[in-house]
Amino acid sequence: MNAIVVVGAGQAGLQIAECLRRGGHSGPLTLLGEERWPPYQRPPLSKKYLGGAVADERLFFRPLDYLAKQEIEFRASTQVVAIDRANTRVLLANGEQLAYAGLALATGARPRMLPVPGAEHPAVCYLRGLEDAQGLLVKLAAAARVVVIGGGFIGLEVAATACAAGKTVTVIEASERLLARAVAPIVSQYFADLHRTQGVALQFGAQVTRLVPLAGGGLSVELNDGTALPADLVLVGVGGLPNQELAAQAGLTCANGIVVDEFARTSDPLIVAAGDCTSHINRRYPTPLRLESVQNAVDQAKIAAFSLLGLAQPYQDLPWFWSDQYDVKLQIAGLSQSHDTAVVRGAAVSGAFSVFYFAAGALVAVDSVNRPADHMLARKLLSAQRAVTPEQAADVNFDLKLLL
Amino acid sequence: MPKITFIDVDGTSYEATVDAGLSLMEAAINVGVPGVLAICGGSCACSTCHAYIDDAWATIVGGPNDIEDATLDLANDRRSGSRLTCQVTVTAAMDGLVVHVAKND
Repeated sequence: MNAIVVVGAGQAGLQIAECLRRGGHSGPLTLLGEERWPPYQRPPLSKKYLGGAVADERLFFRPLDYLAKQEIEFRASTQVVAIDRANTRVLLANGEQLAYAGLALATGARPRMLPVPGAEHPAVCYLRGLEDAQGLLVKLAAAARVVVIGGGFIGLEVAATACAAGKTVTVIEASERLLARAVAPIVSQYFADLHRTQGVALQFGAQVTRLVPLAGGGLSVELNDGTALPADLVLVGVGGLPNQELAAQAGLTCANGIVVDEFARTSDPLIVAAGDCTSHINRRYPTPLRLESVQNAVDQAKIAAFSLLGLAQPYQDLPWFWSDQYDVKLQIAGLSQSHDTAVVRGAAVSGAFSVFYFAAGALVAVDSVNRPADHMLARKLLSAQRAVTPEQAADVNFDLKLLL
Repeated sequence: MPKITFIDVDGTSYEATVDAGLSLMEAAINVGVPGVLAICGGSCACSTCHAYIDDAWATIVGGPNDIEDATLDLANDRRSGSRLTCQVTVTAAMDGLVVHVAKND
């Protein structure tokens, strides 16, 4: 008996299952998904999908018969209600029990709810899964006035898509700038200018106090400064929370995510975890990370699979991210939060520039706006921990490839 | 429908018959071609769907735009026929196209 069960059929769960098969696991392998679709891509949901350009099937990672051919037993619409660690079984909502020799948790994250009165109104939407996106697509088509709460990636991507569809869009952000947790002020400013040029209204330092239904349909979004914004649709993008309850109830250590070591192992040696749901160790960084990204889902899933295969290797991949808004591509390599110095390569007014971040003289991250070559180069420089000086980074005539 | 042949790094062939309008990346994914990872889902952000178009097809398939060109610039082992398959839209004229998958990681 060497059955492996993977809980969660998103990008991380699929990757774990595929790596297990490719890595030589020949025993039973079950992939359990709560949603009714096969594993699918989430990044296009706030972009092309919401723009109406993508059929549901084109989001699926693999053709329907692929998992069966790999002898991966995929079960959709399947909820796991408990992990019985003492008897090494998972309990399903339908009463069934699945025994495991190894268990992988890839339970993902969910949107943080807006904690204000009136937020249960049907015009208030969140965006995480395909079902959310389908609902949002229908509501967006019928809406004229859209209010986006939260100037992060999800909020801004939806704002861009809604604006491109001709909607009147307002973004409400609690801090003083967009993408405040992710990028430097110059990048925030670039995106603020971009959205305003496209016709999106931005309100900073604004707290939503309550949502009040309007007589003619829609909502009034009331702010702490007394402003009231009428909206046919409210999209809330105020961060995500890790789906750690299943693990916590089973007694696994959780702290802002399912806690795993650099080998993606939880506090139970038979159980690994990967992706958005984990608080994890990456050898590049001194403190635990919780990242919601494709890169982390894919790379950490491989680490989790290797651990289950008995081939443990440490997680040390470079984090990277991207966002598409209008025809602008933002790409981020590394984590900039620790920086003490930032220099710009190129000019923001040109619409193509990168910001290089340094901490104690070492390059730690690069944000690139419409400079994909900088991004790819940055990933190579950061992965290889090459020495780059702020002067070299800021000089567009200096060929950074020479440093590879 | 156009038929595309993908050849992976081990030399194994995969035949994909696809609707025009899909991307070459989607055509490869549909038949499970190893090495076409496409982890960004076709957003021209990751270069993990890199492949080589046979020279005979260069004119029909065409070359990369600026963003793809820059992304390809630092992909593994770029050659003259390099493309990101997510950026190539399959057309009826591509019936018979042969694509060699690059070593993506």
